[in-house]
Parts: sequence; C-alpha cells; structure tokens
Amino acid sequence: MVKRIGILAALLALTITAYMTIGARGNWDFVLPFRGAKLLALVTVAVAVGCSTVVFQTITANRILTPSIMGFDALYVFLQTGLVFSIGGLGYAGLNPYLKFSVETSLMLVAALALFGAVLRNAADLSRMILTGLIIGIFLRSLTGLMARLIDPNEYSVVQQASFARFDAMNTELTWIAAGITAGCFVWLMARRWRLNVIALGRETAMSLGIDHDRESRRLLVVVSLLVSVATALVGPSSNSFSGTGGFFGLLAAAIAYRVAATWHHAIVLPAASMIAAITLVFGQTLFERLLQLQTSVSVAIEALGGLVFLFLVLRRRTR
Amino acid sequence: MIETSDLSVKIGETTILNAVNASFPTGVVTALVGPNGAGKSTLLAAVGRLLPWERGEVLLDGAPVADMGHREFALKTAILRQDQHIAPRLRVRDLVTFGRFPHTWGRPGREDERIVDEAMARLELETLSSRFLDTLSGGQRQRARIAMALAQATDVLLLDEPLNALDVNHARGVMHIAKEEAAKGRTVVLVLHDLSVAAVHADHIVALRNGNLFAQGPVRQMISTDMLSRLYEAPIDVIEYDGRRIVLTH
Repeated sequence: MVKRIGILAALLALTITAYMTIGARGNWDFVLPFRGAKLLALVTVAVAVGCSTVVFQTITANRILTPSIMGFDALYVFLQTGLVFSIGGLGYAGLNPYLKFSVETSLMLVAALALFGAVLRNAADLSRMILTGLIIGIFLRSLTGLMARLIDPNEYSVVQQASFARFDAMNTELTWIAAGITAGCFVWLMARRWRLNVIALGRETAMSLGIDHDRESRRLLVVVSLLVSVATALVGPSSNSFSGTGGFFGLLAAAIAYRVAATWHHAIVLPAASMIAAITLVFGQTLFERLLQLQTSVSVAIEALGGLVFLFLVLRRRTR
Repeated sequence: MIETSDLSVKIGETTILNAVNASFPTGVVTALVGPNGAGKSTLLAAVGRLLPWERGEVLLDGAPVADMGHREFALKTAILRQDQHIAPRLRVRDLVTFGRFPHTWGRPGREDERIVDEAMARLELETLSSRFLDTLSGGQRQRARIAMALAQATDVLLLDEPLNALDVNHARGVMHIAKEEAAKGRTVVLVLHDLSVAAVHADHIVALRNGNLFAQGPVRQMISTDMLSRLYEAPIDVIEYDGRRIVLTH
C-alpha cells in the first residue's frame, strides 16, 4: 500500500515537472511563479474534489455517489444565479472577491446542511437517497433556469461565465486562501482517519462502536461543503449544470484511488484520491494547454472519462 | 442488570413497543422470544441505543443509558443486529478488529490483536481470517459478526438472532459461548426463534407480544405448554426428554 503511494507521488512529481517546464519561453523568473500559482490552484482543486468525494462516499456508505451527483454543484450555481438575480450583474461583478467567496461559502454550508443533513439521516436507504439527491438537483436547476430567464441576457452571461469549470482562467487572488482552507480540511480529515474507517461501516455499526454518528456526519458534511465550495469558487462547478452533465471528476479520482490503494484505510485512500485527482488535472492541463494548444476542453475530457468510469461501476458492481 | 421502564418506541405513527417493563439479569443468558412483529428486535435495538425512544428509560445497573457518552456506552454494550450491511470490502480479521475500536479509538495494539485472535478462535474463524466478507457464506459471515461483538469485550452482549444461518454445530457453539460469557458475570441477551434452544440454553426468558411485555421469568416457569400456547396463539406442546424440555409445534 505504502509502495503504491510512493509510485503515485513519483508520478505526480513527474506530471508537475512537465507542467512547469514544457513549452516555457523567456525568463524563468517570470514563468515559474506564474505557472506555480496556477499549479497551486490545480492541486488545491484536486485535493478538495478528491477528499470531498471520498468522505461523502464514506458518510453515505457507498462508492457510487458523489457530492455533485447529489446536487451540491447545482446548489452552487443556484446560489450564484440568485446573487446575480438579487444584486444585478454589475453588482455581482463588482463584488469584492473575498467577500463574494465568504458569502458563497457560508451560504453553501447552511444550504447543504439544511438540504442534505435530513437526507443523510436515512443513508441506509440508498435508493431513496439517490432519488432525493436527483430531485433536489433537478429542483435547483429548474429554479436556476427560471431565474436565468427572468434576468437580462447580459446579466445571464455573467452567470454563465461563473458557472463553467474553467481550469485555464482561475482566480489567483483566492488561490492562497483556498489552498489554506483545503490544507486545513485535509489535516482535519487525516486526524480522524480511524473514525472515518468506522463510519464507512454504516450508521448502525458505527453507532454500536461508539461513534456519535449524527454529530460526526454533520461535521463531515460541513467539511465536504467547504471543500466543494472551495473547488467551485476557484474553477466553477465541476459539473456544468447548463448542459446537464454530471460531475464525474471526483468519482473518477475516488474509484481509481480505491482500486490502486486496494484498502479501506482512509489514511491511504485520502492521499491517494488527492494525488490521482492532481495527476489527472495537471496532466490534462499540460496536455491540452501546452501540447494541443486547446484552451477549454480539459474539464470536458475529464468529465467524459469520469462518465465512463461511472457507467463501468454501475454496470460491473452490485450497487451498494 | 438491564431494566427498561415504561419503554415506548414509535416508528413514524406506528407504536412498536408500548410501555415495556422488562429486566435482563446479570450473569445469565436471557432469551427474548415472541411471535413475528412482537417488537423483539426493536426492544434489543432500543436497549442498544440504536433507536430513539418515545417515552420511558433504559437503565444499566440503575443508571440511565441515555445519559452516557457514545464511547462510554460502546465500552459497556455490544450489539449485533440482523442483516447489517457492511459496505467496504473487508477481510474477516479486519471486521473483527473493528470490535476493538471503542477501546483503541485508533490503531489496535498487541493486546487488541490477542483479543481479536481469541474471539476468532472461539468462532472457529482462523482459516477464514484473510477471506473477504463478500466471499463468505451467510453462516460464516454471521460468525464473523458475532466474533466482532465478542472482541468488543463488553459487560452487556446483545445479539439479534445470532443463530441465523448457522448450522447445528455452530449454533450449539454460539450458545455455549453465550453461556461462558454469562458465567463471567456479563449480561447476555439473545433474540431466539427456536424455543427448544431457548429451553435448553437460556436461564431467563422475556416474552413479547404485539409490542407489549407478555411475561418474563426463569426458564422453568416460562417454557410450559400453557404459557407458550397463549404467547403464540397456537397449540404448542412442551415435553420432557432426558431431563430436557423440548418444544413441539404441530
């Protein structure tokens, strides 16, 4: 297990080196900090998406659901559209990015707890939970669509701008804050890796082993919401709600992590999922931006790959 | 000693348990019996704090269990439910080791490994140690789950239909383990369907019907033709053979 983590780390280092050096022209003093900032953002998003997916799967005791399948991303787009709707496109564009970030994050936390806290209490009933998640997603997307039609087309373009995953034009001002929050969440999660192992056994087993499951899953849900908010604030939702694709990136990372790590120990799975997500993102970015000179297709390609993994998981494994 | 006083449990609008005053003495094996839908599993789950209750109290040696911390309670009570689904792909030994979690709250130490070995040996799981749970038969999995509850090493052991899917030999083994645990001064409660097993191996019987306490008492007094026929509302005979009571249904 530890050896495989080492191989992953080596792969990640290789990918990062490629990203930092390929196609670099001109002054290294400029290139390295410039690319370094983008790299930090990519890795932050990767860790946030990887960890939030693994933890979400642990709380729900299954390996197919992800926060974005359950509608977390739809919630984010809904909040964005709601903001533009209430304060106008100009007001929205003129918002202090830090203020915007903290407002969006707190709204995400409150809304996620209210919506999903109740759903998770019945986490044993998987089909009901998936259904509820789908319905919440559809409901939020419809409301978003309604608001989008009510506002001015110019303002709508502001929403659209904010609602696509863009790995090429990230908000570098927020990167450090986001990286800090993500690192904090990661350390916090690693500190309770043993409790996460027990929670993955399911609600009743965890309770009989002394876990305060309600409180513990509420806290974890807060961390998941925080990580999703961080990732979406940096690059936009990993699922593009306007074209209706699901957010499969996290699923891709978690599924490969479980396969590669071949263990249920969160001490291994959490770093593995983070590194696999980082390798995928950084490699994709290197390939598309540097080698193929394409600007926007990274998220599309990752989503397509993730979608295939999702189909594979659903068809191959017994749904659990 | 566990007592429930006026314990009522509702699921949705349906009353499952209605003001039950049952007691489970220390140092003996108590069998929880009754027809389907009597509320046996619900009573066990409520005593094991897996279900919230509407009214009443559960007392462990006189102290309300509702006031205990989660970990504190898990150090005192182990509960095995029916058909608990385990999502991760675990090996048998991993599952049994999880029974030590309330004690370790982290990495298991050498003493924990020893207790796990012992629990696995008692359930004859040594050869299955590194098998994945999903490759086991129902009975083997049941034994692994019982071993996990044993590894928890608690004063109270609550097992919901532990003999489910077990062959006669292992069923007898589990009943002997229950007796050994009781002899160590523990409180052992089992939900049982086989009344002959209850008659032979249990010391105390708590009988439920329709969410109410029907009767409770020592096994001698409870396993009788009259009592069981009224409990199950069906003709049941209790005969004596070789000093043991055997329950016959027609």
